Amino acid sequence: MGVESITFYILSSILVGSAVLVVSLRNPVFCALALVLAFFTSAGIWILLEAEFLALTLILVYVGAVMVLFLFVVMMLDINLAVLREGFTRYLPFGLGVAIVLVAQLALIVGGPEQFGLEAMPKPEPHAADYSNTKEIGRVLYTVYLYPFELAAVILVVAIIAAITLTLRRRRKKQVMSVDDQVKVRRNDRVRLVKMASGNKDK
Amino acid sequence: MIEAIESALSFLPAGLVTLIIIVGKILVLVLPLMGAVAYLTLAERKVIGYMQVRIGPNRVGPRGLLQPIADAVKLMFKETIFPAKANRFLFISAPILTLAPALAAWAVVPFDDELVISDIDASLLYILAMTSLGVYGVIIAGWASNSKYAFLGALRSAAQIVSYEIAMGFALVGVLVAAGSLNLGAIVEAQRGGLGIINWYMIPLLPLFVVYFIAGVAETNRAPFDVAEGESEIVAGFHVEYSSMTFSIFFLAEYANMILIALLTAIMFLGGWLSPLNGVLPASLLEGEGFLALILGDGIHWLLAKTAFFLFLFLWFRATFPRYRYDQIMRLGWKIFIPITIVWLLVAAAMVVGKVGPWFN
Repeated sequence: MGVESITFYILSSILVGSAVLVVSLRNPVFCALALVLAFFTSAGIWILLEAEFLALTLILVYVGAVMVLFLFVVMMLDINLAVLREGFTRYLPFGLGVAIVLVAQLALIVGGPEQFGLEAMPKPEPHAADYSNTKEIGRVLYTVYLYPFELAAVILVVAIIAAITLTLRRRRKKQVMSVDDQVKVRRNDRVRLVKMASGNKDK
Repeated sequence: MIEAIESALSFLPAGLVTLIIIVGKILVLVLPLMGAVAYLTLAERKVIGYMQVRIGPNRVGPRGLLQPIADAVKLMFKETIFPAKANRFLFISAPILTLAPALAAWAVVPFDDELVISDIDASLLYILAMTSLGVYGVIIAGWASNSKYAFLGALRSAAQIVSYEIAMGFALVGVLVAAGSLNLGAIVEAQRGGLGIINWYMIPLLPLFVVYFIAGVAETNRAPFDVAEGESEIVAGFHVEYSSMTFSIFFLAEYANMILIALLTAIMFLGGWLSPLNGVLPASLLEGEGFLALILGDGIHWLLAKTAFFLFLFLWFRATFPRYRYDQIMRLGWKIFIPITIVWLLVAAAMVVGKVGPWFN
């Protein structure tokens, strides 16, 4: 077993283990941290597959930004787990139904066991040292997949605007100062020097 | 030199030799880095001292030169105190999670044409990814301390780091558009030219250069953006509950990050190890083996000198600027820096397409 396979097995066992912890831990903060670990190790596996641009972007976007905000929210919430667990048996049939539908959809798309295995998923061919993964992705992204890429961008913009409109509330008593006014202030506007005769002490 | 070590160790299995050489390279980088961090603290206290008409530390060793060692020994022998009901595992992991990415980013930093531990294709992206991980240490430290001051400090700091990362990332995109590569060595080589300083990216990308360095100061939570530890408001921010080595590891990471930001600014905008005398002096003086050529020509000493200049700016800022108010920090990051970087990204792209000289022709 070479270094590569040992690395793969270490990474994938950590990945599977942390993915299980995400759904099984009690404290939501630990769940979020386990998810961070899962993202990180899957980035490691992508690097083994020579997809270093995608792996680094995964770390940059998901670990470095998305999960930070996620952790932020989870830490601020005071979640009462007893209340959350109350309806577990009541909602179990519904949850199972959704899970079955999801698994069926996945199975339909992936298309059965003949798509898996070493024959269907051969090891990617190793490229020469001057092969640039980043350049190749850029090339296909702006030629072959231009429309899907632009579409994804539009959907993201819509999502951003939707999120902002959902959280935007105009406050009645706004106490925000105008930055322009603050910058424009000069000393003479605020300070007035008064000339006074000094008092005579030896009166 | 590496070949000589390889042949000397040839009696060992090949894999082990590779491992020894990699570990050796890491030690050659990390030990001087730790020394630089230690003496940066002394430099900070001395520089700020002189700026405030004080002498600064001058008791331990000649002119206070052994002060960092005394500080390190003192911190090592102090007791680590765990706050009541704090989560011990996360409390200990937080400083480690801060230091590890701060050191890991150095793996791809080139000091010279050849002096680099790992010359990967996407090194700029790797550095951005690693520096974006540092925020976890801050958030986890704040949460695991079980203290409201620490938590408030962590929230402030995390929001600030995430906000400035966007401007920083855009500034880097400008650099990679200009250089046409994600590799730091290639970015430095793209700034080579016959005109010395004029060829460096700080001139065509001046707004990005300024935004990058200011965002770097904000990323490392240094003054005037140090609301994370605003002493006058929230005691000391996210690491208020930390003591002894756990506390000093946060500081190691902060200073290592400062040096990294200074070095990256030098590499991306000031031509890295390129000599500013290229084109000013005749090429015969700059090339060759002689002593004068070693000093005046390209080399690691230019990179270190440029880095030292930016580190001095960090200290200078701390001595002279009052702390930003929190809403002003957010305004600067979101409403000023991001628009500037986006506009200049278009300008940079237009300059590259239009082959504007002397940088892009």
